Amino acid sequence: MAERYEIRFSGAGGQGLITAGIILAEAASIVDNKYAVQSQSYGPEARGGASKAEVIISDEPIDYPKATVVDACLAMTQEAADKYAVGIKPGGLLLIDTDFVKNAPKGDFKVYDMPIIRTAKEEIGREIVANVIALGAMIALTDVVSRESGETAVLRKVPEAFIDLNKKAYSLGFEKVKELLAK
Amino acid sequence: MAKKIALLQGNDACAHGALYAGCTFFGGYPITPSTEVAEVMSQELPKVGGTFMQMEDEIAAMAAILGASLAGAKVLDATSGPGMSLKQELIGYACIAEITCVVVNVMRGGPSTGMPTGPSQSDMQQAKWGTHGDHAAIVLTPASCQELYEETGRAFNMAEKYRMPVQIQIDEIGAHMRERVEFAEPGELEVIDREVTTLSPEEYEPYADTESIVAPLAPFGSGYRYHVTGLNKSADGFPTTKAELVAHEEQRQIDKVALNAADIEKNEEYQLEDAEVVLFAYGTTSRSARYAVNELRKEGVKAGMFRPLTMWPFPEKRIAELADQAKAIVCAEMNLGQMVIEIDRVAKGNCVVAHIGRVDGEPINPGQIIDKVKEVL
Amino acid sequence: MAYDYEKSIRPGKLPHIWCPGCGHGIVLKGLIRAMDTCELDRDKTAVVSGIGCASRLPGYLDACTLHTAHGRAAAFATGIKMAKPEMTVLCVGGDGDGTAIGGNHFIHACRRNINMTYVIMNNYIYGMTGGQFSPCTPTGMKASTTPYGNPDPIFDISKLAIGAGATYVARTTAFHATQIDKLIAEGIKHKGMAVIEVLDDCPTSYGRRNKFRSVVEMMKRLKDIAVPVTAAAKMTDEQLEGKVLTGVLFKEERPEYTEQYAQLIQRVQGA
Repeated sequence: MAERYEIRFSGAGGQGLITAGIILAEAASIVDNKYAVQSQSYGPEARGGASKAEVIISDEPIDYPKATVVDACLAMTQEAADKYAVGIKPGGLLLIDTDFVKNAPKGDFKVYDMPIIRTAKEEIGREIVANVIALGAMIALTDVVSRESGETAVLRKVPEAFIDLNKKAYSLGFEKVKELLAK
Repeated sequence: MAKKIALLQGNDACAHGALYAGCTFFGGYPITPSTEVAEVMSQELPKVGGTFMQMEDEIAAMAAILGASLAGAKVLDATSGPGMSLKQELIGYACIAEITCVVVNVMRGGPSTGMPTGPSQSDMQQAKWGTHGDHAAIVLTPASCQELYEETGRAFNMAEKYRMPVQIQIDEIGAHMRERVEFAEPGELEVIDREVTTLSPEEYEPYADTESIVAPLAPFGSGYRYHVTGLNKSADGFPTTKAELVAHEEQRQIDKVALNAADIEKNEEYQLEDAEVVLFAYGTTSRSARYAVNELRKEGVKAGMFRPLTMWPFPEKRIAELADQAKAIVCAEMNLGQMVIEIDRVAKGNCVVAHIGRVDGEPINPGQIIDKVKEVL
Repeated sequence: MAYDYEKSIRPGKLPHIWCPGCGHGIVLKGLIRAMDTCELDRDKTAVVSGIGCASRLPGYLDACTLHTAHGRAAAFATGIKMAKPEMTVLCVGGDGDGTAIGGNHFIHACRRNINMTYVIMNNYIYGMTGGQFSPCTPTGMKASTTPYGNPDPIFDISKLAIGAGATYVARTTAFHATQIDKLIAEGIKHKGMAVIEVLDDCPTSYGRRNKFRSVVEMMKRLKDIAVPVTAAAKMTDEQLEGKVLTGVLFKEERPEYTEQYAQLIQRVQGA
């Protein structure tokens, strides 16, 4: 992967999408020793509103630090989908949360849907890990870092007490995508 | 032992760079988007026996670091536009009293409260001329997290060497983006500490002419009793209104930077050998410019980039040479025309000087630069 | 034998800039006596001021002296004290410098209870700029910018200091010269933020405009209005009308800031 690969995580403020972006950037730049830049934009509100994090990954030094045309995008809410699921590269991909994005943006890219929040609630019992499920799903979809590198980065980031919870969430996101792709 | 490597925000990298340089005192006041510098310093300074002071306002933060610096500490303050405006009073004090300090300004939109979470590069002329009166300025403009880590150290070195405020101007993108940063081992990067006077207290004059023309202030409490004032003063530190002494002192303070410009200036030149169009860019905008150069070269356009890491003193000599060589210099910056004024002044009509500005809270993207270059050529 | 002030005065720096009848010189002598009483090592003593007539005082004193920008003395002093807690840090300045432009720094230094001594010379006027009204100019009085009488209420500096958290607050006047050094010395010995308010007079800018015929008359007024706190306890509100309490107005023990910070460092480094 010599060329730059751009991923955008978007949703509501407080959903942990910036954290997901940071973990992916760590997986790429610290665990895998590639180049990565993570950036975000946020409004003045700490919770709610539309928020996004972007990660650019490359085998070579990265010049422009912001996304140009994104290869892959995640949208957790309708507002985020409307605002940030734009400028996706032809042939790129978009992952949406089935329950919250009713009108998926249309374009020359593949749309995948998954009940991310519901999965977190029902299969893990904690909505808070939805971002890690989404991260697992995005890594499975894009293959931009290996499954193991992603997991290592997740575990580096979370407190000791939450390791099992996050390990489970990450695997779940990853497996759900594998099922989706097998269909 | 393997080097410490971490994914850091620009602001965090700046704080760690300051710690590497031996910073032992931080004075600050909370302001977006620079707050992370303070947060890291509050976490790390007590570990090394240093002092973190969150002061009552921006001016007090500046005053506290100057007081601490006079007592011998290496000091840092970090702020953003509105705070920088308030600090101008004491940046002037640091200039005239020749007090070593490093001040970081994370540039956001303005004037006034502007856009606290949006990037900008619109404080570049303020960095030079913000405080009243004639004075010299040293201002650095790093462009990546690794560079911020290293250049913060250089800022301390310049401040210690030339006994004056050194400013680091970061745009909000540079401050908040995260990149891999390699921490330096002790001894790996140069760390300069302020010169200690060799004179006895009886012979000592704080503002005497020395060979390096830099005032050798002794730390308070080290056995040297002297006077520091913001008034024009003579070599002994006491106020004077004698015309020749005032003129001499003012000139010395300008000269200590002007005569050492070669030591202070630092630039990156990218693909400039045969460049017909020179992109002048700094901070994260330079990363768009580099992208644009690569794209333009693919299309056969002989483009290159000149990137100052030291913005002030302005790299006049090199810009004048480039103006002779190139057909055009295109300045890309997130403001409505600040450093382009300097380029225009130095180019003296020898080439086309064009400007790409942006103040809507969005970065200048490579496409914008490419379009402008094509328009100019 | 005359008291030896000269050993503490920088050679060649006198005469001072103050007008005849100004109280600042009396405070300078009081400060020197207090520094002697406390046996301060002048190599390890910083004297910090802002801008104004009173703020010129450090220039005459043979110590580590810092004449900062208008109002900023307390904030500079905080930086020195935090960087070198072993130094004795004294602040001096006027009422306008300390409570108007420097009011924020003043109250926050009090709040932190940092171990410094702030001597504030209150002459109810901006003298150096030619007699404009300050936050301490009594209501109704004349200044160059209150030609029709001052409409503003005043700050009571000592009360302000107590309210903000200073742990030693005392007041005296330029007339009570021998009390000045006693109160300052006690302030220096006190561990925490000490504020000593000294009422003194500006005959040139305040006295002239407000129909005081002589310096002697102004001095006499200081003598008349001062009531020691001990005496005031036995007086009625009526009797205290127009009077000013002098002596130690407030004193308490509260954790001192540099010590608190040193403990924080110990705690962090021990962890």
